[in-house]
Amino acid sequence: MLKIIGRRFLISLPLVLIVTMLSFFLVLLTPGDPAAVMLGMNHTQAEYEAAREKLGLNQPALTRYGHWLKDLGNGDLGVSIFNSEPVLKILKGRSGVTFSLILVTTLFSSIIGVGLGIASAIRRGFLARIVDLISLLGLALPNFWVALVLVAIFSVSMRLLPAIGYIQPGTSLSGWVKSLVLPVAVLSASAIGIIAQQTRSSMLEVLDSPFIRTLRAGGLGRISIIYRHALRNAAISIITVVGLTFVSLLSGTVIAETVFALPGLGGLAVQATSRVDLPVIQGLVLYFTVIVIIVNLIVDIIYAWLNPRIRLS
Amino acid sequence: MNKHSPTPVNPDAHEVITGTENTSVQNRSLIRVMLHKPLALICGGFLLLVILGAIFAALVAPYPPNALDLPNALSGPSARHLLGSDELGRDILSRLLYGGRRVFPGVLEGVLTALILAVPIGILAGYFGGIFDRLVGAITDALLSIPTIILVLVVLAVFPKNTHAAMIAFGILVSPGLIRIVRGETLPLKEADFVSAARVAGVSDSQIMIRHIRPGVIRVVIVQGSFIAAGALGYMVALGYLGLTASSGEAEWGQMVASAGALLNRQPWLLVPTGGLIGLIVLAFTLFGNALRDASAEAIAAAPGPVSRGSSAVENTAQSQGIPPDPSKKLLSVINLSVAFSSRSRDLLAVDKISFDVNPSEIVGLVGESGAGKSITSLAILRLLPNTARIVNGQIMFEGRNITGLDDPEFDRLRGRSFGLVSQEPGSSLDPAFTVGSQLGELVRLHDGVNRKESRSRCLELLNHVRIRKPEQLLTMYPHELSGGMAQRVSIAMALAGRPKLLIADEPTSALDVTVQNEILALLRQLQLETKMSVLFVTHNFGVVADLCDRVIVLYAGQIFEEADVFQLFDRPMNPYTKGLLLANPSNAQPGQPLPIIPGRIPSIGSWPTNCRFAQRCPYAADECLAGPIPLLALEGERKSRCIRVDDLRKEGIL
Repeated sequence: MLKIIGRRFLISLPLVLIVTMLSFFLVLLTPGDPAAVMLGMNHTQAEYEAAREKLGLNQPALTRYGHWLKDLGNGDLGVSIFNSEPVLKILKGRSGVTFSLILVTTLFSSIIGVGLGIASAIRRGFLARIVDLISLLGLALPNFWVALVLVAIFSVSMRLLPAIGYIQPGTSLSGWVKSLVLPVAVLSASAIGIIAQQTRSSMLEVLDSPFIRTLRAGGLGRISIIYRHALRNAAISIITVVGLTFVSLLSGTVIAETVFALPGLGGLAVQATSRVDLPVIQGLVLYFTVIVIIVNLIVDIIYAWLNPRIRLS
Repeated sequence: MNKHSPTPVNPDAHEVITGTENTSVQNRSLIRVMLHKPLALICGGFLLLVILGAIFAALVAPYPPNALDLPNALSGPSARHLLGSDELGRDILSRLLYGGRRVFPGVLEGVLTALILAVPIGILAGYFGGIFDRLVGAITDALLSIPTIILVLVVLAVFPKNTHAAMIAFGILVSPGLIRIVRGETLPLKEADFVSAARVAGVSDSQIMIRHIRPGVIRVVIVQGSFIAAGALGYMVALGYLGLTASSGEAEWGQMVASAGALLNRQPWLLVPTGGLIGLIVLAFTLFGNALRDASAEAIAAAPGPVSRGSSAVENTAQSQGIPPDPSKKLLSVINLSVAFSSRSRDLLAVDKISFDVNPSEIVGLVGESGAGKSITSLAILRLLPNTARIVNGQIMFEGRNITGLDDPEFDRLRGRSFGLVSQEPGSSLDPAFTVGSQLGELVRLHDGVNRKESRSRCLELLNHVRIRKPEQLLTMYPHELSGGMAQRVSIAMALAGRPKLLIADEPTSALDVTVQNEILALLRQLQLETKMSVLFVTHNFGVVADLCDRVIVLYAGQIFEEADVFQLFDRPMNPYTKGLLLANPSNAQPGQPLPIIPGRIPSIGSWPTNCRFAQRCPYAADECLAGPIPLLALEGERKSRCIRVDDLRKEGIL
């Protein structure tokens, strides 16, 4: 078990290098000059040269990447070109929102999705069609549009929930919950369908397998067959999809945080992109990649824990 | 450990589509199948309409995209502005039409990038395998674990507002999923007969890939392309909405939604046409892809040979003379049992009015080639048929009680106590997620109503019963740690946990090594002697029948062809089919002589003739055999045979 985790971890390191390098060299293609952006309109040539020197723009690319890595080792991701704040501090400050959003959405859509999936695997027919419809609509309707429609209904007309903004759970717990309801609903719209469909197809596949037949022939009742044996085996592929959902939610937050003006990492990514704030973008790439790796690691651990063939090998 | 197998592109596109050399015919039939799907036609027509509307926007749009009409600003749908107007009175319909000119080329770029990358790489990886395949696998794994949007954002930071760069990046980032699918399609094609034949004939690898593999892959690629187009469109408008590929005020769909959002308080209607159109197009791409996938599956299913359709329908079944047995003294009586598989349009009969009995403490063999219906019969008795199959006729009596009408919970109580099942694949017949002790213990607790501690001793007793040497050790082991023979012993122990009166053994030794086969057979014989239970033994192996059974029922194409005491049957078969099977039994082979085989193949379900179903392969078939349905004839004693020439053939000394 520990060996699996260790090996996974070692495989992940090159991935971090590849992704950061990719983003680093892509950024070098940027036509805009970060030094000029930093100084704004009015600056002298000497100030410009000093800024270039300070940002290390006069050194060869590989050296700069090396420096970036070295600084990274010291916990330094550089400073934002836009407001000179340290990137790490910006990322830290904005993580809470994004994680609240993603974790709550993952939890919520997993519970509803798995429930719907199991129910539609057992009942098929009508319920299966509902699940298909939910996942089809979840995929087809653009999430920013769904967000606006929900705002129109629940904020503008019914005045039940805030249209935008985020309230820290420390400030007001009910405020926090209210500020998350709509964003979570928007992000869950597509996640629930995907999880429900995967749950249904895995459950159907497992329910069709010979060992279920053996156990049923042995006399086990529906409850044990479905919830103990079938779900346990189907969970192996459900957990994979939940992991993929988590990763895709990182992309989803970019939209949700923009629509609902939540001060999170996704909104930051959009701002940084339109401001060409490269250190922040690079910091985000690294940060998101590390999150993905950690999530995949957790998925692998649960996967191995559920699957004795891997756990014991 | 291919844990990513459900790809994000489309989680349920996994049917293996086998290629055929004659792809032009297949593609034509694909189109024909598509034409019969109204949903596919609607989706395809709608997409065509929207795309044409975008191309000819200048001709069809009622206004130029930026024409102002301030007096009618935010008008909502009206005769002047069919889909309403925005805050400057610009016509929404016209702006949507012009907006398509930005969206569709972007979608095309994204899809083409993905296809151009994925098709050759996927085919090469699948075809050559080895290091290249592993390298591709590693890279696709890595790419799949990066959140797409973040890299697209990097690209957009580098090339601000550049839609082309963003969509090409999108294409690159979704290609890994497609590479996996193409590779998965290539693998079985590579092993296909016609590809091996081409290789033997000296056709070069590149020719094989282009001529034989590509056509087989292309169908899946079209389906996936449709799903990718749906994703690309969603991406495109999202980037536009965020203002990353379009500026506010532009006639771009995402921006139009954004400005509709800003005007939510004043004219909520604006959300409807914008989001609605995007949603409908994504929906159309997705549904079109689904329809294509179903159509290609159907086109392939319809491909092989002429199938005589009407003859197989349930209504037209051959009439069989079910001789109603007296169920009183019997343990099990199957009376006129018919089982059918339901396909999309019709029911296909797999078991056709079968009647037989099993007496207490008797071992009955149910014999036949694969496809004869023997496993389906045994599963029907246990009410464990696959979802696609159901009992369409007949009764099953157990201990004189009709169990066909019992509801499911009542039937559940019969399983384990009245019937036990030992199935073919010992490796897959145990739950891989639980230890032997856990699953066996669960059954013991259920049947004996004991607690965990007490169940342990019964588990050990059962494992001893099936001659397992170190049962304590086995209790903590998982199924994957067991050998085939060991696993089969455990599944026999599980079948015996409820002390069943009838054990149904469905080819319990077919998947095992010869030496293990003999051990398991010896074990079953021993257990039957000890417990006095009845056994219904399903097999295609006459050697096993001779070894174990008291009575034999020979099945062919869903019908009983012969029924006899085991000694009589081997002594003197009364049906040309049985005779053929016995002659073809390898244990009867003469040194130096070729093994006589029955020519031809058992007709598949759905293509049974109305006349004698064996006539086509029977060396003694005469005109009368082709005249109509053949009844099951009662012969002397308990013997039955479905052959109208049985008397003639006996006189001629053939039987």
